[in-house]
Amino acid sequence: METAATIYPVDEIWDWLRDVPDPEIPVLSIVDLGIIRDVKWAGETLIVTVTPTYSGCPATTFISQMIDAAIRARGIHDLEIKTQISPPWTTAWISEQGREKLKAFGVAPPVEGAACIGAMKAQGPVACPHCGSTNTEEVSRFGSTPCKASWRCKDCLEPFDYFKSI
Amino acid sequence: MPNADSRELALRMGDNCLILAQRLGAWCGHAPALEEDIALANTALDLIGQTRLWLGLAGEMEGGKSADDLAFQRDARAFRNCLLVEQPNGDYAHTLVRQFLFDAWHAPMLTGLMKSADPRVAEIAAKSIKEVDYHLERSTDLVIRLGDGSEESHARMQSALDDFYPFAGELLTPDAVDEALAEAGLALDLQSVRSAWRSHVAATLQEATLTAPVDAPVRKGGKQGLHSEALGYVLAELQWMQRAYPGAEW
Ligand SMILES: [Zn+2]
Repeated sequence: METAATIYPVDEIWDWLRDVPDPEIPVLSIVDLGIIRDVKWAGETLIVTVTPTYSGCPATTFISQMIDAAIRARGIHDLEIKTQISPPWTTAWISEQGREKLKAFGVAPPVEGAACIGAMKAQGPVACPHCGSTNTEEVSRFGSTPCKASWRCKDCLEPFDYFKSI
Repeated sequence: MPNADSRELALRMGDNCLILAQRLGAWCGHAPALEEDIALANTALDLIGQTRLWLGLAGEMEGGKSADDLAFQRDARAFRNCLLVEQPNGDYAHTLVRQFLFDAWHAPMLTGLMKSADPRVAEIAAKSIKEVDYHLERSTDLVIRLGDGSEESHARMQSALDDFYPFAGELLTPDAVDEALAEAGLALDLQSVRSAWRSHVAATLQEATLTAPVDAPVRKGGKQGLHSEALGYVLAELQWMQRAYPGAEW
């Protein structure tokens, strides 16, 4: 005899996803990161729509597997994880809470407001996550992962990662 | 056959990304500075991600082939990348100048493709441009720093420019396919890419105290599948595993 799957409210499913960490910056949840675009039921099928951060981000597949595991653990097996690239992910979707968590983790959160296209240099100032000083400079446009750049603080002299604004 | 046209566009875009990424990947662990090593690996990764999107689209239009099928199972003659991206890495100046000439085309190309009549093309372009803006910013900065740097860095950059500048023409000169794509509203007129490329490159070279070769003959053929010897070596390395063990997974 088959039992009908429980149709959990989507708010509750969002809460489960808030417990799924970003594999590269584990203090952030995938919801903080803003990559979960939609959670909805289509009949008895749960559809979770995810957008990749960078098109080549190696964590993308792993994140889908973690979402899959988190949801199946609650007994939902009729699950579809959809990838959506439009509209493209932007760091503006990182939550306020996510920005605070990044700072506490030692990563400067993205400075928003600069237009994404052709205006990378106009953005700023980037505050040092260690001492708060804005007397900082870029060391390299690329960092330990595709989403970060390498910076250093000219006051406390510590290097730090800056989460690039895209 | 509007479908066949978007497919050809996706192949050209995707093959450029794939072959350049494969070239850049060879620097991993060998670049002259740690920051550059990381930058090249990340640029390659962005381009691989874009390859998956473009070749995914081309494959879908070829009756459900995957991006991997297209990357690993085609012969050189079926690749549509321009000759520039398959040229050997050379010294760091060559790698950098190749990247700069390509990025200066890639950014305005993608910006134009965001308005493509095919929404699948427009979506991929909108996703890619955010990454490519970073590539262009970095390669522009470095061309200026090394061009207007020491005597040796200047000489190496000038030599790389002399070698690779003739290959840029292929990206900027429309062939019959480019014209058909523009006509159908799927792609932009390459004339507008050409003027954006020219003004960015000219301004950068001036600041870098480098001189573009005058009357350089245009080296072309890649877009039609007529490649230089170099592509064979790139593909041998890229494809040997899937050729030796078709369908292998791990
Ligand atoms: Zn500091």
